[in-house]
Amino acid sequence: MLTKTNALIYFLAFSSGFSIMGIELLGGRILAPYFGSSVHIWGSIITVFMLSLSFGYLLGGKLSIRHPSLTKYGLIFLVASIMVVPIALFAEPIMAFIFSHIEDSRYGSLLASTALFFIPTIILGMISPYSVRLLVTNSERSGQVAGGLYFVSTLGSALGTIITSFYMVLAFDVNTIILGFAGVLGTLGLIAISFDKLKVREAVYAQA
Amino acid sequence: MHKLKLLFISIMALLFSAHSMSNVVHKERSLYRNLLVEETGDLRCLKFDEKTRQSSQSCMYISDPKKLVFNYTKLAFSSLLLIDNPKNVLIIGLGGGTLSNMIHELYPKAHIENVEIDPSVIKVARDYFNFIETDNVTTKVQDGRIFIKRAALKSQQFDWIILDAFNGDYIPEHLLTKEFFEEIKSVLAEGGIVAANTFSSSKLYEHESATYHAVFGDFINVTANNNSNRIILAGYNKTPTEQQIAQRVKQLAPLLAPYDVDIEAISQRMFFTKDGKDWPSDTKVLTDQYSPANLLNF
Repeated sequence: MLTKTNALIYFLAFSSGFSIMGIELLGGRILAPYFGSSVHIWGSIITVFMLSLSFGYLLGGKLSIRHPSLTKYGLIFLVASIMVVPIALFAEPIMAFIFSHIEDSRYGSLLASTALFFIPTIILGMISPYSVRLLVTNSERSGQVAGGLYFVSTLGSALGTIITSFYMVLAFDVNTIILGFAGVLGTLGLIAISFDKLKVREAVYAQA
Repeated sequence: MHKLKLLFISIMALLFSAHSMSNVVHKERSLYRNLLVEETGDLRCLKFDEKTRQSSQSCMYISDPKKLVFNYTKLAFSSLLLIDNPKNVLIIGLGGGTLSNMIHELYPKAHIENVEIDPSVIKVARDYFNFIETDNVTTKVQDGRIFIKRAALKSQQFDWIILDAFNGDYIPEHLLTKEFFEEIKSVLAEGGIVAANTFSSSKLYEHESATYHAVFGDFINVTANNNSNRIILAGYNKTPTEQQIAQRVKQLAPLLAPYDVDIEAISQRMFFTKDGKDWPSDTKVLTDQYSPANLLNF
């Protein structure tokens, strides 16, 4: 059964998938002025994203063991939102520094994408396993729940990729889009937290 | 039935003659694209083989390699109407090395730095287009943007910068932004000039003009009659007078004639943006933050 809470979790997972790929795609645009637009730029970006997502999955799974709650889930989104902001604010000085210290644009771009994307993507990676934990109520359906969740978040990734690359880059500055993702993630986190508080209050009223 | 047979025969004849007319002498897949060297009669061309079409990047007359084939290459020499005796030349985008060769012949003492991202293009230029490299003429495999950034860090200066990195199908978007042009400006020597081979159709024309104007102020558009290409001349500090241009034409005409460059005709095809801008004043300038050049190029 799809409760309101579950619908919210699916929607949040969708949005995180959307944001991850949107940011990854813009990574190429952000790095190009310093490291070019050759194939190794994408090598650097995809490596860093895959690596940090894998760490994020581990961490998110671990975090979900003790007292999982919608509030903590919302907090992950809030932290992710905050961690995405430096991409827009400090990319220039960070890349300029790396550029002047590393000649080889392969390792330069690898280091730059690590500096810019490693931490926010780890946090975003925590969302998937945590979602599974919140959604699964019995082990029999755990596979189905996980499948549904992958479906929703990967669909979000697909849409995030195409909408960012086809339309958003025509309408907005790169930094505007990045800050937009941060804003959406933060708002969703707050919604999840207030939703949890509301539910707790309802439960208290129901008891009283 | 007879008509059909005739049609079939004529089609076959056409196919065979077309086949014998152009002759692929070299083919290779580079890191970036498929390269093709094709000979048609006296003409040898370097082509980028795209699915939809083959676009000629550089051509040479086999019997007379000195003579320039493409109009835009000829137009690029309008730069010499504004500068004299360049000492440090930078060419971004090698193609067959035609520009480099000709500038080297005209000014043997000039140092020419060619920057090309695709090592296979350099190889083909050496093997099939007599691309000359000496102590003074060097080539570097690098992204143009990175080269200029490094040159700026080393405080290098060039008095003639030629941008020829676009092919018809794809624009490296980071080479068409305000920030890139500012970096170019920082390595442009006093009294030097930037010549850019760009587009003259599509919506991009306006954005490109606005972006050049934002960095360099007024510039000169040089276009051929058929209007398919334009050369932008920018970065000069004093607009030359008609008399100055006429004087340079007189000096240059005999030097450039062997290359089939009619500098007098070219000098008639220069349009100064200070006399009128052909783009709306609210056109969005392309920046590193906003550079959907390929999406605008329709």
